[in-house]
Amino acid sequence: MSVQEIYDARHGEQGGYIAGATGDWELIIGMEVHAQVSSKAKLFSGAPTDFGGEPNEHVSLVDAAMPGMLPVINEFCVAQAVRTGLGLKAQINLRSVFDRKNYFYPDLPQGYQISQFTFPIVGRGEVRVDMPDGGTRIVRIERLHLEQDAGKSLHDQHPSMSYVDLNRSGVALMEIVSQPDIRSAEEATLYLEKLRTILRYLGTCDGNMQEGSMRADINVSVRKPGGPLGTRCEIKNVNSMRFIRQAIEYEARRQIEILEEGGAIRQETRLYDQVKGETRSMRSKEESHDYRYFPDPDLLPLELTQTWVDEIAKSLPELPDAKKARFISGYGLSAYDASLLVADRETAEFFERVAKGRDAKIAANWVITNLFGALNEAGKTIETSPVSADALGRLLDLLADQTLSSRLAKDVFEIMFLSGDAPEKIVAERGLRQVTDTGAIDAAIDAVMAANPDKVAEVKSGKDKLLGWFVGQVMKSTGGKANPQMLNDALRQKFGL
Amino acid sequence: MTDLTELSLAQARDGLRAKKFSALELTDAYLAAMAAARVLNCYITETPERAREMARTSDSRIASGKAGALEGIPLGIKDLFCTKDVLSTAASHILDGFKPAYESTVTTNLWREGAVMLGKLNLDEFAMGSSNETSYYGPVINPWRRTGDTAKLVPGGSSGGSSAAIAAHLCVAATGTDTGGSIRQPAAFTGIVGLKPTYGRCSRWGIVAFASSLDQAGPMARTVRDTAILLGVMAGHDPKDSTSVDRPVPDYEAALTGDIKGMRIGIPAEYRVDGMPAGIEAMWSRGANWLRDAGAEIVEISLPHTRYALPAYYIVAPAEASSNLARYDGMRFGLRVAGKDLTDTYEKSRSAGFGAEVKRRILIGTYVLSAGYYDAYYLRAQRVRTLIANDFKAAFEKVDAILTPATPSPAFAIGARNEDPIGMFLNDVFTVPANLAGLPGISVPAGLSEDGLPLGLQLLGKAFDEETLLRVAGVLEDAAAFTARPAQWWRA
Amino acid sequence: MSVNTDTVRRIAKLARLAITDEGLAPMAHELNVILGWAEQLNEVDTSAVEPMTSAVETTLKQRPDIVTDGHIQEAVLHNAPLAEHGFFVVPKIVE
Repeated sequence: MSVQEIYDARHGEQGGYIAGATGDWELIIGMEVHAQVSSKAKLFSGAPTDFGGEPNEHVSLVDAAMPGMLPVINEFCVAQAVRTGLGLKAQINLRSVFDRKNYFYPDLPQGYQISQFTFPIVGRGEVRVDMPDGGTRIVRIERLHLEQDAGKSLHDQHPSMSYVDLNRSGVALMEIVSQPDIRSAEEATLYLEKLRTILRYLGTCDGNMQEGSMRADINVSVRKPGGPLGTRCEIKNVNSMRFIRQAIEYEARRQIEILEEGGAIRQETRLYDQVKGETRSMRSKEESHDYRYFPDPDLLPLELTQTWVDEIAKSLPELPDAKKARFISGYGLSAYDASLLVADRETAEFFERVAKGRDAKIAANWVITNLFGALNEAGKTIETSPVSADALGRLLDLLADQTLSSRLAKDVFEIMFLSGDAPEKIVAERGLRQVTDTGAIDAAIDAVMAANPDKVAEVKSGKDKLLGWFVGQVMKSTGGKANPQMLNDALRQKFGL
Repeated sequence: MTDLTELSLAQARDGLRAKKFSALELTDAYLAAMAAARVLNCYITETPERAREMARTSDSRIASGKAGALEGIPLGIKDLFCTKDVLSTAASHILDGFKPAYESTVTTNLWREGAVMLGKLNLDEFAMGSSNETSYYGPVINPWRRTGDTAKLVPGGSSGGSSAAIAAHLCVAATGTDTGGSIRQPAAFTGIVGLKPTYGRCSRWGIVAFASSLDQAGPMARTVRDTAILLGVMAGHDPKDSTSVDRPVPDYEAALTGDIKGMRIGIPAEYRVDGMPAGIEAMWSRGANWLRDAGAEIVEISLPHTRYALPAYYIVAPAEASSNLARYDGMRFGLRVAGKDLTDTYEKSRSAGFGAEVKRRILIGTYVLSAGYYDAYYLRAQRVRTLIANDFKAAFEKVDAILTPATPSPAFAIGARNEDPIGMFLNDVFTVPANLAGLPGISVPAGLSEDGLPLGLQLLGKAFDEETLLRVAGVLEDAAAFTARPAQWWRA
Repeated sequence: MSVNTDTVRRIAKLARLAITDEGLAPMAHELNVILGWAEQLNEVDTSAVEPMTSAVETTLKQRPDIVTDGHIQEAVLHNAPLAEHGFFVVPKIVE
């Protein structure tokens, strides 16, 4: 099958075309993600990789490309790349080569970047993306390779000079290249989120886009469905999910407009201007780049053993897809709930601790609705949650053994969240136990009935709906502690309903 | 008192240990000789204060019985090695004012063993050349002259400053680097000994890189023994250099047993090039006879791809150099010539900073790596390289060392070969194959040409078998009994 | 394969070397002499061999993930033609 036919076969039946003036257009997207490897030291030098810091403080003489300096590879970065490849179900290439990519720029002190061109460390793999409609899109990974990051230039400090900080120069990056299997801006962000989740599960990249740990270059082209592939443009260095969506949407419209007016797309590199909300041609990088790749003679080919790769494979954690499947089959959760819980490894582990020996669906509900809700509002994360998994679990126990009603449990949870106190302590100190004593409930009901004879009469005359009012009043008088079910039953009994 | 500069390294070492003279006296003798020989232009930077301070330290170490292997020995350092806080130029304008905050591994080894630094020696710019005529700091004059002639001759290159300084007794010994012959060829042109170790034997960390897969630091000295002593200190694994090999360093001096009985010495047919001067052919045969007389077996061998070594070298070396020299851009160190913007500044700085030969090689290198030409030139040359290495592997199944002339001619006049780049390249015809194959080679003075200029014989060895190389070289040296010295016409 | 003045101009740009217009033709000539001489490599049958990947037979040494370097801002900026507030100061690229 030709590449054309494969595209059409895989995606022809999907909807989501963009309507243009001359008909529908299909959006073809591929992404190159640069993910910073989580490591203490840089790829070829022993300088630290910490974010921030004074300029040129995290720089070794090797990073600064002083005369006579030489690269020495960090074995952990190699392992991280292999780990990532395994997480992407990809082929690990036991032999790979580092090539020099030659060009001049002040943030590239060597005048070349050490990368991998011909023989990357990881080959083909895939990422499964769960679509909102319940389906799954498979985005194929073409390759993953290791390369050095460049430094940073500040252009706005001076009219004619730039300020260069080489702290980031030499940090290990994994470049993850997808096939052009993505068909919409939404899919692109879902793909990136899934990729980010996988990397975070593996511990190979923290996925912190604000700090630049993960950036995406997006290749965008459009075509008439079933038609030949269009010319693509590359949008470089987009560093937030929101901008990725906006950039793709803008670029798609831009290209469609040009084509519908009978023009042609010029293959070029563009930047997303987040202020103006548009993509702009990078005119200065317009000159054809001849990178003159050749194997770096300061390094030897990287040779891995299958045994070593297998050791790493054994140490992989359970990955999101497998975990999600297990949550669905093992805990009986819905696909949607399972997705939410596995989005983060810490969240999944939190949930499982809560669910252990308890009703999993109730646990899932509490984590997703109550805990997530509170965390989001307070701007906290699972890691900084004031309510631990054990504490939440014990709250659910109090609910299960009827010590608390569901309403009381919510109240106790709120207090737990604010105070960090244990649920038992809160219940004891505030006497928040559910009232399940029928005598007490009867007494409370009698009191309200006695105080409101007119309402009693109304109910007796047929206004059943006023029962709700009685429920409210009894709840108020018992400080919300009356067991709702028992209260309802008792009320009905008293009214003879 | 005897002129202390007459002593070889071994003699000076023994003399210092026997306290016949002090390290300071020895250093002062050399400083005086250097001051009187500036016309030769061997040194780019002299470091007399540092030298005397190091010598004083050596004297106290000798006194307390803590002498290192090179304690108190005054050395010259080719100005391709970065030396901490001392101007390091690579003989280029583009490294104006560059004083590194770090020391190369090889020189660190030397200072650790107590050697004394006299200064930084002149060389071809960025080690690109075979005559030391491309230096920003001017050419080096060979202390040797043709009989009855005052024409200035080249000392060879790129380690021309090193070779001339040793020949003129302006240092006991020196470091050089050899990428295509830059130690062996100048050694032959100046009647001294020069050794290029196996690739990976010495660390390249802190040495300005020319062609990474070919560069190798090595010792240059008056005698084979001196060379062996110096190699023992320079060599060794360096974890900061990924191409440095982790193998123990043998006692090279102990290898000089003088006994080569039963050794097989190869004579490669392809090194008999057209138009080779009769004197060189004759010297080569004489050398073979000396070794036969010492009990070795002479074996005719074939290295079929020899003639392709030079063209392959002139593709691979410039290609690597074009990339290695990209960091000389005026942004972080060295010369910056301000332009109207970034690109203009790059171009102005590099064009003003690099000499013509360097620019030519950068252009060739950029071209052969560029899109569309990479396969045809660079990859092809790297394949030829494999063939050349395979030739040697096959030959070394039959022989223990290979004997060849070091150069196709003796030293020539300054300016004589400037119009003819290929002619200049041919100086390295015998030395380049060893660099391509990563094998060790040594040049030993073997005799004089018709007009009284030194000629050298080269020995090539198996990988990491510098011991055999030195042993055979020692036998050659004894047989040649080369005692000729240049007349000291340069002393003011 | 012949190098003309346009090629020299393009290569010089890639290498960030300024060659005057008058210098283009002589440089093209020099390059052609050298490249022409190197053409003899085409005589060799290289089909049975791989390009040499390393002159030394050893494996790539790797180092552990420990911070052993950095925090030498002064040394890094020591030789800079222009530095300020810890940054290298360089001309801007004209967009």
